[in-house]
Amino acid sequence: MAKQTSFFTSISRLYPHVRPILPRLVMGLLSALLASLMALAIPQVLRVLVNESLKPGGSAEAVWTASLVILLLGIAEAGLVALRRQFVINPATTVETRMRVSLYGHLQDLTVSFHDRWGSGQLLSRAMTDLNFLRRWMAFGAIMLVVTTLTVVIGVAVMFSMSWQLALIFLAAAVPIMIYGFRFRTRFSKVARRSQDQAGDLATTVEESVHGIRVLKAFGRSQEALENFNEQAQELRQTEIAKAKHLATFSLVVTLLPELALGAGLVVGIMLASTDQLSIGSLVAFFATAAVVAAPVEFCGMLLAMALTAKSAVDRHFEVMDARNTITSPDKPRRPAELKGALSFHDASFAFEDAPDKPILKNISLDIRPGETMALVGITGSGKSALLQLVPRLYEVTGGAITIDGVDLREFSVEDLRTVVAVAFEDTTLFSSSVRDNVLLGAPDAGPADSRDAALEEALDVAQAHFAYSLPDGVDTLIGEEGLSLSGGQRQRIALARAIAAKPAVLVLDDPLSALDVNTEVLVEARLREVLADTTTLIVAHRPSTVALADRVALLEDGRITAVGTHTELLATNSHYRYVIASLDTEPRDLDSELSAFEDRSEEISR
Amino acid sequence: MSSATFGTANEDNAHLTRTESKAVRRRSLALLGSLIRPVRARFWLTIGAVVLSQAARVAGPALIAFGIDHALPALRAGNSLPLAFAGVAYLAAAAATAGLTALYVTSTARLSQAMLLDLRVRVFRHTQRLSLEFHEKYTSGRIIARQTSDLEALRELLDSGVSSLASGLLFMAFTAITVFALDWRTGVLVLAAGVPMYFLARWYQKHSQIAFRESRVVSARLIVHFVETMTGIRAVKAFRKERENAARYAELSEDYRRATVRSINLNGIFQPGLVLIGNVCVAVVLLTGGFRVLSGELAVGVLLALILSTKRFFQPVDQMAMFYNSFQSAQAALEKVSGLLEEIPTVRPPQTPVALPYARGSIDFNGVEFRYGDGPVIIPRLDLHIPAGQTVALVGQTGAGKSTLAKLIARFYDVSAGSVTLDGVDLRQLTTEDLRRNVVMVTQEAFLFSGSVADNIALGRPEASREEIEDAARAVGAHAFITELPDGYDTDVNKRGGRVSAGQRQLISFARAFLARPAVLILDEATSSLDIPSERMVQQGLAGLLRGTREAGTRDTNPAGTHGAGRTALIIAHRLSTVETADRVLVVHDGRVVEDGTPGQLIGDGGAFARLHGAWKDSLV
Ligand SMILES: Nc1ncnc2c1ncn2[C@@H]1O[C@H](COP(=O)(O)OP(=O)(O)OP(=O)(O)O)[C@@H](O)[C@H]1O
Ligand SMILES: Nc1ncnc2c1ncn2[C@@H]1O[C@H](COP(=O)(O)OP(=O)(O)OP(=O)(O)O)[C@@H](O)[C@H]1O
Ligand SMILES: [Mg+2]
Ligand SMILES: [Mg+2]
Repeated sequence: MAKQTSFFTSISRLYPHVRPILPRLVMGLLSALLASLMALAIPQVLRVLVNESLKPGGSAEAVWTASLVILLLGIAEAGLVALRRQFVINPATTVETRMRVSLYGHLQDLTVSFHDRWGSGQLLSRAMTDLNFLRRWMAFGAIMLVVTTLTVVIGVAVMFSMSWQLALIFLAAAVPIMIYGFRFRTRFSKVARRSQDQAGDLATTVEESVHGIRVLKAFGRSQEALENFNEQAQELRQTEIAKAKHLATFSLVVTLLPELALGAGLVVGIMLASTDQLSIGSLVAFFATAAVVAAPVEFCGMLLAMALTAKSAVDRHFEVMDARNTITSPDKPRRPAELKGALSFHDASFAFEDAPDKPILKNISLDIRPGETMALVGITGSGKSALLQLVPRLYEVTGGAITIDGVDLREFSVEDLRTVVAVAFEDTTLFSSSVRDNVLLGAPDAGPADSRDAALEEALDVAQAHFAYSLPDGVDTLIGEEGLSLSGGQRQRIALARAIAAKPAVLVLDDPLSALDVNTEVLVEARLREVLADTTTLIVAHRPSTVALADRVALLEDGRITAVGTHTELLATNSHYRYVIASLDTEPRDLDSELSAFEDRSEEISR
Repeated sequence: MSSATFGTANEDNAHLTRTESKAVRRRSLALLGSLIRPVRARFWLTIGAVVLSQAARVAGPALIAFGIDHALPALRAGNSLPLAFAGVAYLAAAAATAGLTALYVTSTARLSQAMLLDLRVRVFRHTQRLSLEFHEKYTSGRIIARQTSDLEALRELLDSGVSSLASGLLFMAFTAITVFALDWRTGVLVLAAGVPMYFLARWYQKHSQIAFRESRVVSARLIVHFVETMTGIRAVKAFRKERENAARYAELSEDYRRATVRSINLNGIFQPGLVLIGNVCVAVVLLTGGFRVLSGELAVGVLLALILSTKRFFQPVDQMAMFYNSFQSAQAALEKVSGLLEEIPTVRPPQTPVALPYARGSIDFNGVEFRYGDGPVIIPRLDLHIPAGQTVALVGQTGAGKSTLAKLIARFYDVSAGSVTLDGVDLRQLTTEDLRRNVVMVTQEAFLFSGSVADNIALGRPEASREEIEDAARAVGAHAFITELPDGYDTDVNKRGGRVSAGQRQLISFARAFLARPAVLILDEATSSLDIPSERMVQQGLAGLLRGTREAGTRDTNPAGTHGAGRTALIIAHRLSTVETADRVLVVHDGRVVEDGTPGQLIGDGGAFARLHGAWKDSLV
């Protein structure tokens, strides 16, 4: 998935983030440079001071001054070290935080289809590990890279001034290092990227193993999960070791070659000196400088590795940031003049992103009148949930249009649309906060606390979730992650209450009563009917009891709406509907006589 | 051991009392020690490589000196042998340095990766072992935080720490010896610099400890929030929680930033502080030495050498500061990890297990009482006998305690009083393997793991062949839709099974249980999201499985063939179509069994079940 971009293209993408702190980074750089100059200068100054002013029988004053000078230089060095941190730390962490927050914001904006594809461990590793690393690189790696390069360049220049022959020999070592450096770059980048991706996958596995712990325990498969995890962790370890091996080889090269060159330089230099083409003083000075240069050259392997890792962290970051949010608000959002809640599907089609040529929903045309309750019936996997999620634009139609009161969903601002439409999902997604927070999640913020309390009370009442008051801390009880400290039916009722508390014009309910017992279902339905009276509702139903809530029923078959009508009508006229919803008989039956029987019944009812 | 900090109890507190702090530090160090122990050989090898490479490095300048002092005059005298020796020796030293450097770089990585792998697997194994009770309180985000950002802190220490510490110490030791050899008084002065350094380090330790603890706490919070948002993204979007979330996340990020800055700033005082002490020491050496030079006690050359050595002595202090910094950070992280590892599962495997390879499947509740943690009593007192081979339906109002009862049989929780037995053996005396082979539960939440459909079904019995997997899918009526998926059984179902519909998820979960073929099968609302035709298919499959008619004995792993008599099944369902075929119905209310009998009997008795059944019949049309 990683396309290879050049180092500078990737790093330059940081520029907009870094620009505001650039002056401070430069100051930090200068401090670092000065500090290393200071460190270099102190021995030289010492030499001069000691040799010039200290002699047996000399003046005590000279000793004092010399000590003072050294002390001041020492303080300056420590001060500059501190200063570098002061300049860099705050801005670098600010950039890190800003990038983190914008990543999070962007992730929240991205479509549900995006999140379907991406494990949260991968996203998390981008938000934490990668950005932490980037910060450290900005505050330390990048600066040291510059300082080191400068030191080497200056050092080599000084070496040239002492003996061009020897300097050339030394420089000759640079050529193979450069060539090897290129190879190192491509190889190391690849492994660095792989290790980051694997670490993300590992985090995803951890996440799944914890969320799926009930299944793993129920089947006693913790051992298998552990083996699987172990395998993945081993892979990561292999990658990390491969990474270290690349780095080790590179370190080998950058340590060995300059030293080899120096060895050769030693022999040549002594030969030159023996024929007096080179003074001994220069020879000594040359090697003294070489010693100063060699250390940063060795260091550059590590710094380069850091830079390359930073590059792939940047790549990973922008891989997510570049993903476009396809479900956005229009420039000039519209809203129906009067919100009545007429929901219409006009020839709407939908295909999932990963199977664009196999639409799940084809040419759906359906009109739901304001205040009407429409049930959606179809076999498992027929696309009911997909259709429902089109309404709050969690997924986007791939053809045709959906309108509310004549206004295309895409003309609403997304936020407004989701105020108009509220959903209860089939798998209840609750958050680990209090019952109150969960229920009032989508409730209008405005208004005094009492009105929110009243909304809470009413929603809980409609959903028959009175149990919430008898929880240990009442409605302020924390319900644990995903509400798993509640029973299945309790969870579902909280989710239903949440949709009701949002007081939407259009309510979308995905099989909201599946986990309820028959008695509770009856109670919920009775109360729900009152609420639904003036709310347009689209409700997925698997049971006749749920269908009973609806004014009309739409039958979804092979991705199309094949019939719309009342329950009795469809029961009488549509064999597929009977197949899906009628549960009494298992034997194949004589449809004709049955039809007449149904007709009799419906006559009875209408009488 | 102070109980306040035991395990994860006081995890969010960064400001611990002295004794608490000592206790958590001790356990954190113990964890580090236990990680190093298995890899000590490599540890010493790495240190050895570092030391040797330092030694080889020192040889270089010595050879240059030899070259200039001896080889040059010799060459002038016409003897090129010393020069050749110097050249060759220099190259050998260079090769040794480079080789050893490469060795310790890889060796460090191997060492650190081995320790990380060990810790990762340990944490993973332990979290799998911990009981559900723990997981309900300790959110998944925290476990992920432990496994990611805490381990990252340890990794930083391991990657840079070992070699810099070893080479730094060695370097300082060598230089100190040189200084002492030159002049012991200066040596004492240099050592005296250790005193303020020690106090500075103490100060740093005390403050950075708090800062790092804080940063661990805050980063865990950040991760928890992040993970929860990403897993609940649909609800976040549908209920427009984005803005509120973004504000909260920004706040947490800022807290995290502040904690980070605080710890870095502490280091920003500590490290320059050490440099400063070193530099002051140099000035003092110069001062005292200068006066001795004046009085003729000390040669100027020696003073110069002394000062330069003193300066050099303090060079690695930088690295040491860095090491100490990452050490503190890693220690804070390990405090949290060791706390997690210290947690004791409430549902524990037995000390002296009773072997029960193939249970017949009779279940008894003897005076069972149950509450979740220290919450209200959910099951007051229950005595119940379910003979082997019986199909029992559990019905009752939502929240009545049906799932709780089922979870007790699957030993997700241990009873608060009394006992649950399988074939007369207390569940607490069964090994996990025996228990899970004999008792399998399909939970109310159909959870799929990302991976192929086949993998998900195979979770029921990992050694099953593809054919068996397909048979299981066929038996529950899932085969048709699976083959229609783009890659059939190899289709990736995506995170949490998002690629398939809710009903399809249930079918796959069901196939899983089907494949497992346990003696006791528990189905908790396993068909609630299915349409009626699929439900009917499942019921047929289930009937076959329970009666043992479907390929009885042929694929069963049970050589005794006791399964021929059928399996014990506990079925929880609100749709009573499943219940009608049961041998026995238990009506649960407030954790008590209020009615018990065959469906026919109960309907005849006109009690709660009869009413429920009536209501259900009415709901069908
Ligand atoms: N992300 C996805 N990519 C591709 N196909 C998908 C995706 N999600 C679901 N599908 C497929 O789309 C079809 C419709 O799924 P949907 O969840 O809408 O079904 P449903 O009618 O709600 O079923 P159920 O009654 O079981 O909830 C299914 O066959 C499913 O396999
Ligand atoms: N993990 C838990 N921690 C604390 N309390 C719990 C936990 N799980 C369930 N409860 C409580 O125990 C009671 C019984 O729950 P249980 O899940 O057994 O009900 P149920 O009969 O299965 O209901 P449903 O039909 O809704 O699934 C409920 O009041 C519930 O709130
Ligand atoms: Mg669905
Ligand atoms: Mg339940």
